[in-house]
Amino acid sequence: MADYEIPEITGEEGIVDVPKLVPDTMKGAGPWVAKQEFQEFMHFPTDYTMPESKENYGDADTLVENWKERALDKMADLKGRYRSLQVYLDICVKCGACTDKCHYFIGSKDPKNMPVARQDLLRKVYRYYFTFAGKFFAKIGKPEFVGATELTENVVKDWYNYYHQCSQCRRCSVFCPYGIDTAEISMAAREILDHIGMGQKYCTEIMGKVHKIGNNLGLPAGALADTLEGLEEDIYDETGVEVKLPLDKKGSDILLITPSADFFAEPHVDGLMGYAKVFHELGLDWTMSSYASEGANFGMFIGSYENMRKISLRIRQAALDLGVKRIVFGECGHAWRVAYSFLNTLAGPFDFLDQNYPIPQHVLEITEPALAEGKLNIDKSLNDDMTLTFHDSCNIARGSRMGNKPGGQFEIPRNVIKAVCNNYVDMPADTIHDATFCCGGGGGILTDDLMEIRVKGAQPRMEALKHVTENHGVTHMAAICAICKSQFTKVIPYYGFTMDQIVSVHQLVSNAIILTGQLTEEEIEAKEAAEEAERLAAKEAREKAAAEKAAKEKEPDA
Amino acid sequence: MVIGVIYAILFWAATFVIVLGIANKIRIYWKTPAPLKIPTTPAPVTRGGVVIRMMTEVFLFKSLFRSNKLLWILGFVFHYSMLVIVLRHFRYILDPVWGVIDFIQPFGKYAGFIFILALLGLLARRYFIDRVRYITAPSDRAMLGLLIFIGFSGLMMQFTSHTDIVMVKAFFRGLIHFNWQPLPADAPLLIHLTLVLILMFIFPISKLLHAPGIFFSPSRNQVDNPREKRHLAPWAAELEKQDKLYLDELD
Repeated sequence: MADYEIPEITGEEGIVDVPKLVPDTMKGAGPWVAKQEFQEFMHFPTDYTMPESKENYGDADTLVENWKERALDKMADLKGRYRSLQVYLDICVKCGACTDKCHYFIGSKDPKNMPVARQDLLRKVYRYYFTFAGKFFAKIGKPEFVGATELTENVVKDWYNYYHQCSQCRRCSVFCPYGIDTAEISMAAREILDHIGMGQKYCTEIMGKVHKIGNNLGLPAGALADTLEGLEEDIYDETGVEVKLPLDKKGSDILLITPSADFFAEPHVDGLMGYAKVFHELGLDWTMSSYASEGANFGMFIGSYENMRKISLRIRQAALDLGVKRIVFGECGHAWRVAYSFLNTLAGPFDFLDQNYPIPQHVLEITEPALAEGKLNIDKSLNDDMTLTFHDSCNIARGSRMGNKPGGQFEIPRNVIKAVCNNYVDMPADTIHDATFCCGGGGGILTDDLMEIRVKGAQPRMEALKHVTENHGVTHMAAICAICKSQFTKVIPYYGFTMDQIVSVHQLVSNAIILTGQLTEEEIEAKEAAEEAERLAAKEAREKAAAEKAAKEKEPDA
Repeated sequence: MVIGVIYAILFWAATFVIVLGIANKIRIYWKTPAPLKIPTTPAPVTRGGVVIRMMTEVFLFKSLFRSNKLLWILGFVFHYSMLVIVLRHFRYILDPVWGVIDFIQPFGKYAGFIFILALLGLLARRYFIDRVRYITAPSDRAMLGLLIFIGFSGLMMQFTSHTDIVMVKAFFRGLIHFNWQPLPADAPLLIHLTLVLILMFIFPISKLLHAPGIFFSPSRNQVDNPREKRHLAPWAAELEKQDKLYLDELD
């Protein structure tokens, strides 16, 4: 299936043994570099030369003019604007607590994928140019004594390669005695790379589409309306109930912002239909926006506050234009981190919204209490063909919250699953909640040119999943993140699972919910048969009328 | 007397460097804004909760405990034995000596052995665990070596070759009052003091900054309340004020 080694999983303990180091297993050129036209759109420099092939990535003659100076200037700029970067570059004691915590290290064995080693790629340069110790030992010819390194082409190549093998999942920061967050370092590194002509094609192109059209897919308003109409028909065909998925409906109470993958990808779209059913049953007046038709915000991945803000402001604008009172987010990991943790900062203050609701609110924060209060008619047995487990998405688990209490982000999705399914089992404790393992595709890694690291990075999660499938009969894993869902459906076949074992949480709700006035399968069949008969009768009548008319028209000639 | 003068100057210089150096770093950490709310969640939702979270990290090394039990026990024992030892040393500056310092004196005398054992354990990790070996720079080993030799030279004075401790105390009391006093010309003492001086000099330019730095770590010191309270850095506020999207467009 691939020209690289796929990690083997056993299912025994559910935890992968810490591997011995194997240097350079993931050495390489990194993902595709972005073209100037896309970089320009992000307000990044464009005075670089597009490398002819991957072998040339990071060569000095492909980078911007004075690349070294400009990289260091950007580093100085960022460490002056981000306390996290300044502090984290200074205070690591190299204790090694994080070394076995990264899923990419565990899956690839490459030492540069250990969080501290990944940070050191940048820290070494910081020490060389910005610290007394680094400058002093460089002067006496021994910079390596204090872990300092000059900025060279090879360093840039390592930056580009290894900072695109970090999904910014923050698992390392949980275990660091000082909370050093490699995500902050990798975001800064990507921001520096963007300023010397090494932007990543995947993230930049996608953001270009959001800036231009409003979503990652480049789906224009007309196509989006068609898609939503199609989903309405699907729900109608299935239930006999007219559930609406409104678009740009002015004066609605709720603006739903959801990742655009929800509009078409499997199993995302089943989740979207789930939100629609819940809103319908609760009688909520809601809409989506074609202008802000994207929950995802890749500005976070590339560490660009400015671009992240630019995308967030579309949501503010859409909320103002549509005159809504609330903003609700669908199932997406990093989108929820940007929404929960950053939106108020980036696009606030939201004083024009109804202050009686959380701003913004997660769709699960609506569904969970509704289920708890019995406001939704649920038949749990409709999910009896599955035994579920739940994958905590990293950005939700470690970068945000749901509900009023710390840790609500773990309880609320589980409460919802348990309220609509009879069979639920958690994966091993070291792989869930805030110790959850990334799916392997987060942080701007979800692109085909990074398939190898995506497959390897999924190993710890796959091991945990295999453990519960073999020991506890788990058949399906639910997720609340568009990236997790896409990543898993793509990589789990490498580990012997099938794509359809990944489900959306609201898909489970959708399966189990009985809408008011919903028809049973028999009733739908009967109704369809009746409709078919009606259609046939109408057709016959038409044909008969036509024949009569034809006969009449013929008459005069006769 | 010459030795006394040299060491007096060095100690004054080292104190100057460590105090101003750390103050300068704290000033930098303080004034550098944290533009986004990035506490590692689940995080406390109140200021008081953050204080508790920080205290469990500073005093109990909670995250490290979750991460690695061997490292936790070595680090915990090393730091606390160091604390006892440092407190014990106050008897060489204070006159009269406080009761609490007198109380820990018997523990402090033997804490040096534990201190060295823990440090040897930490050093061994840097040689025997491949992951830790990979991330270790020579300065990391050197720093452990420095601490081990400080402990070793201290224990020498304690148990094998005593120095004139009354004279040493007079020297340090003199330092406080900018008053030259002689130091005994004993090798273990001078080695001990020299190594301590080095430690003081490198503190503000090395990873020892983790001590003040942890208090500024946004992932640990931020309150989880972004929906309730708007958080805005000055440079981000400027973008809003001037209605600009990019920093280089600002006036």
